[in-house]
Amino acid sequence: MSSPHPRPPPPQPPQPERRERALRIVLPCAVLALGIVAWDLVVRLKGIPPYVLPGPGLVAQTLVSDWPVLSGSLLTTLMTTFEGLALAVIGGIGLAVLFNQSRVLEYSLYPYAVILQVTPIVAIAPLLLIYLPQPAAVLACAWIVAFFPVLANTTLGLNSVDHNLINLFELYGASRWQILAHLKLPAALPYMLGGIRIAGGLALIGAVVAEIAAGTAGAGSGLAYRIVESGYRLNIPRLFAALLLLSVTGIVLFFALSLVSHLVLRRWHESAVTRES
Amino acid sequence: MRTVAPDKPIVALRDVSKTFPNGVVALDGFDLAVRPGEFLSLLGPSGCGKSTALRLIAGLSAPSSGTITWASEAGMRARARRAGAASAIGFVFQEPTLMPWATVFGNVQLPLRLAGVSAGKARPQVMETLVRVGLADFAQVYPRELSGGMRMRVSIARALVTQPKLLLMDEPFAALDEITRFKLNDDLLALWQSLGKTVVFVTHSVFESVYLSSRIVVMTPRPGRVHADLAVDAVYPRDQSFRTSAQYAGFCRLASEALARAMGEGA
Repeated sequence: MSSPHPRPPPPQPPQPERRERALRIVLPCAVLALGIVAWDLVVRLKGIPPYVLPGPGLVAQTLVSDWPVLSGSLLTTLMTTFEGLALAVIGGIGLAVLFNQSRVLEYSLYPYAVILQVTPIVAIAPLLLIYLPQPAAVLACAWIVAFFPVLANTTLGLNSVDHNLINLFELYGASRWQILAHLKLPAALPYMLGGIRIAGGLALIGAVVAEIAAGTAGAGSGLAYRIVESGYRLNIPRLFAALLLLSVTGIVLFFALSLVSHLVLRRWHESAVTRES
Repeated sequence: MRTVAPDKPIVALRDVSKTFPNGVVALDGFDLAVRPGEFLSLLGPSGCGKSTALRLIAGLSAPSSGTITWASEAGMRARARRAGAASAIGFVFQEPTLMPWATVFGNVQLPLRLAGVSAGKARPQVMETLVRVGLADFAQVYPRELSGGMRMRVSIARALVTQPKLLLMDEPFAALDEITRFKLNDDLLALWQSLGKTVVFVTHSVFESVYLSSRIVVMTPRPGRVHADLAVDAVYPRDQSFRTSAQYAGFCRLASEALARAMGEGA
């Protein structure tokens, strides 16, 4: 294309997009920084004692100085969360597949899965702590709250298969197993991953709830246990440090699971496909 | 050129009726004999049971009464016939009905995979079929990256990959724009002629049915029944010049009149 008149270079489309992406990172960071500064100012100007509200500097300092204790607790909570999530994924998907294959099983057991879900975990935790050794009870709590979203979403996914595709598989004489492996499970994958993303956060909540229910009576050493313990000892800076670690764990977990979901679906699913316009 | 052979029908439906659980009578007293090598169109308004007839032939649903007889598998037990029919029938749905998580290659490979053919063994057959429908360069592409017409080509390739004798097509081009539809009509005719398949094609378009078919069966709605049986004895290959010929217009008029009478009868 040769034009007699010199033209200004065409506007580059990626630029506004890149700017928007930068804003999405810069803006929340700015809000965080503002919040921390405000927190620091309030603590300093009002002279609030650290056993009521420690300043951000003290919290950071405690995080470093108490790291040997806190890192152990972080590891415990992380292990519980991951084990709970793993069991929830296995149990949720396994049950959903069983329900999908057998109506009798689904009708018999699904209501109880719902009951398990709607009964507040805080109310079950003390019982579990009586009947099970503490690590098992904490794990059971993490599993109970995390498995339902996986079960419900996978069930929805398995039932949302394109009916014509099922007909096609039947036409080619596909076995039940082939329909499950080559059609239903891949079709349910986006739903499953959505469920797992929710389950990740819930597994952490379940672990925390159980640890708090165990309280100082337990021999546990998870982050929630540290929070309860620090509360009793009025070691508020450490309480804040543990709380900070819990939040960061939740955030990292969410982004890690989102990333997994994106990587698995990016080739074909609408939710993960980037559009040009 | 293709003569409508007086051979034994490849599949024959005799006095078939189909009533759905909700009480809708889709077919009643429906007779149809599909002869080897013909391009047969079932023409009728929406809801006249033509898709139901196709699904009965495919074995996707069972008739409420009447018999469906296959030439080759006559006498086989139902299960064995089903397994045998798997590779004997290709089915193209109204929608492309592709698996979004699989590439074009994976989608076309599916019938072979379900039959237990290894990927290595299936490869030449899949690639050859993709060449036939003009998609050889798109084997590793996902369906969402294709246009509607190309998705339908993938769907046709999938139906052809088992080299079936009988190809069943349920309004496959209804959702496409006219330019794409004309192109696919031509390509389908070329495939039919080079492969020597028998095609049963469901459509509600008079023009499409006349352009493609060697025979048109016009159906009445509610309950679905055969109203007229028109032989379209224009020579193949047919191309754009046929679309504008007086002969084409004549067949279209005949088919339209038959359709109008069928509608009047059914209503």
